[in-house]
Amino acid sequence: MTVMQKKAENPVAHLSARDIEDLGLELDAIRAQVIASRGEHDAAYIRRVIDAQRKLDLASRAVLLFSLFPPAWALGTAGLSVAKILENMEIGHNIMHGQWDWMRDPKIHSTTWEWDNASPADMWKHSHNELHHTYTNVIGKDNDLGYGIMRVDEDQRWMPFYLGQPLWNFINACLFEYGIAAYDLEIAKNWAGRKDNAEFQRQRKAVLGKIRKQMTKDYLVHPLLSGPSALTTLGANLTANLVRNLWTHSVIMCGHFPEGVQTFAKKSIEGETRGEWYLRQMLGSANISGGKLTHLMTGNLSFQIEHHLYPDLPSNRYAEIAPKVQELFERYGLTYVTGSLPRQVGSAWKKVIRLSLPNGFLANLKSARRPVRVAAPAADASGAGRPFMERIAA
Amino acid sequence: MTTVLPAYAPWRTATSALRDGAARFAQLVATPLVPADYLDLVSPLRSGAELRGRIVAVQPETLNAATVVIKPGRGWRGHVPGQYVRIGVDVEGVRQWRAYSLTSPAGRPDGCITITVKAMPDGVVSNHLVHEAQPGTIIQLDQARGEFTLQDARPDRVLFVTAGSGITPVMGMLRDRGDQLADVVVIHSAPTQEDVIFGAELRWLAATGRIRLIERHTDADGMLDVAELDELVPDLASREIWACGPTGLLDALEQHVQAAGLAGRLHTERFRPTVLVTGEGGTVTFSGSGTVVQAAGDTPLLAAGEAAGVLMPSGCRMGICFGCVVPLREGAVRDLRTGELTTAAPGDGVLIQTCVSSAAGTCDIDL
Repeated sequence: MTVMQKKAENPVAHLSARDIEDLGLELDAIRAQVIASRGEHDAAYIRRVIDAQRKLDLASRAVLLFSLFPPAWALGTAGLSVAKILENMEIGHNIMHGQWDWMRDPKIHSTTWEWDNASPADMWKHSHNELHHTYTNVIGKDNDLGYGIMRVDEDQRWMPFYLGQPLWNFINACLFEYGIAAYDLEIAKNWAGRKDNAEFQRQRKAVLGKIRKQMTKDYLVHPLLSGPSALTTLGANLTANLVRNLWTHSVIMCGHFPEGVQTFAKKSIEGETRGEWYLRQMLGSANISGGKLTHLMTGNLSFQIEHHLYPDLPSNRYAEIAPKVQELFERYGLTYVTGSLPRQVGSAWKKVIRLSLPNGFLANLKSARRPVRVAAPAADASGAGRPFMERIAA
Repeated sequence: MTTVLPAYAPWRTATSALRDGAARFAQLVATPLVPADYLDLVSPLRSGAELRGRIVAVQPETLNAATVVIKPGRGWRGHVPGQYVRIGVDVEGVRQWRAYSLTSPAGRPDGCITITVKAMPDGVVSNHLVHEAQPGTIIQLDQARGEFTLQDARPDRVLFVTAGSGITPVMGMLRDRGDQLADVVVIHSAPTQEDVIFGAELRWLAATGRIRLIERHTDADGMLDVAELDELVPDLASREIWACGPTGLLDALEQHVQAAGLAGRLHTERFRPTVLVTGEGGTVTFSGSGTVVQAAGDTPLLAAGEAAGVLMPSGCRMGICFGCVVPLREGAVRDLRTGELTTAAPGDGVLIQTCVSSAAGTCDIDL
């Protein structure tokens, strides 16, 4: 049993060890139901999405051959942006998670898929599937928490460098695919001399090779094929990549950064049981509410909670199990963090801005101006946002 | 000393250079996919594509058997009747590979091939093909393989001994070369008259004098005893024999023919593996995908890998087609048919058939 059940203020204080294991069994049962009913319908879904994405990609690039004509530019750029987003989110991310491996189709398999992104598939799979999904929101273990360049939790120590993090975050959003590649390369770890150099050189070569191919296609071959429309096609491809980067960055920020999402201390996961692992995924993720289109365009990461509970179940099934998962949250007295895309993006950005300053800085500022209300808001600011596990284990 | 260059050489070099250049260019455009991924959207059966086929028709043969007519892709290299083909069919969304005998003659005018499938109890693929498969569906194909053919032999006298779906490769031979074989006897066993696959066609061949047909309806008459053969076919000793059917029949036939000193005359095709032993089981690591499973001693490595989501190549699932062969990097496996133990030390990469091998200790498989 970990310490998390012992603390009165923490959000799972009311759960006994037995409750947590029961919760785990209920979640296992939901998983088993989906696996037992996986079939032709699901296979047809992913093939349909891939088919549509490829046709949209081809059609958009064909339209862009005439991008000198402004309506063609607008149409082609919009189409290509959507195609790139679909390719990265609903298709690439999910296939590389092994969500479709059960089909045994070598063309749609986590071990063979390569995606339209600067980071090579095998490197991304390691840092994302193995590190992020295993150590979700564990401070010091899950590098997705702030990507090593940002402070996204009160318990990450503040340094003056973080003053600039709203800017770092914006730059990272614009160049997100390169940010991911740099992050998968573990550049910071290499600088610190904690990475095997031969391995790093091999990976660096792989990343540069991938980037070269991606750039040759988008910024050289496709523009050249456009003849007189070369420059406008170049601009269209830059725009589509920028749109894709901003979109994916926003969606991914919504997964773990919004207010209400919990973080965990390194020690708290020692000897973690299956039930506790599930509980950490439940509390460490946030959903985005919306319609079918939102779910498709976010690669069903709008069901981030369900995705983190079951990273390898087909994405088209998350919508169906979400009500069951939500019912479990209610029954076990837990908070299902969800909100619209603008709200969650706003919440995540607010956190990035707030935490660029030392803890309680804004509250102190306020209290200095309005000394009458010192007690309540100050306690609130330092209490609500603080992760329960971190405090306990510290 | 002079060397005469063929006049067309520069032209050929130029075209092949052009072709290579075009292929490289297409790759630049298609990255991170390959050009084939886009071409497959419109033309999955084109020349140069991975070999596939389209189901043209599914024709019932008996209550639980059907002939599937397939239009193979441009890469199909043809077959010799008697051979089998591996096909990959998606059943409930899962790609399943099986091997079936080809029942069409070589070189049909419409370019189609046929397989004839009997739905087995619990047969995932056979039931799907007989009862569910729809014309228009694209399936995966491999080239035809197998040694169970008439080859170039033109024996004067032929005996075919078949049972159940064992008639399928033989039907391919009869349709292809029936006219060229002077004296053919077919002994075929099936539970009832209605269960005889190709019953009408066989009886017609018999009625027109092309073959002598001995139908054995085992529900009424009991199983064929090979001892009866000498009586049923008095000139057995002068015949070349091809046999296909259940293990029991083939084993008995082999013994009988050997006792008669005719071992070289018998050609057999087996549809099921004979499981003799089980391995010890063990931890199996599929090092390419980083998957680790505990495999039981009676579970073929193929099944263990598939259950864990590893992309296992597969085919007949009975140890004859070698479609499932992968390197064993390290460890020990046991052949479920013979009990033979195969071991590999690091660097060996011993090729094993996963469909008939089980773990006999810790194994590391290169997949």
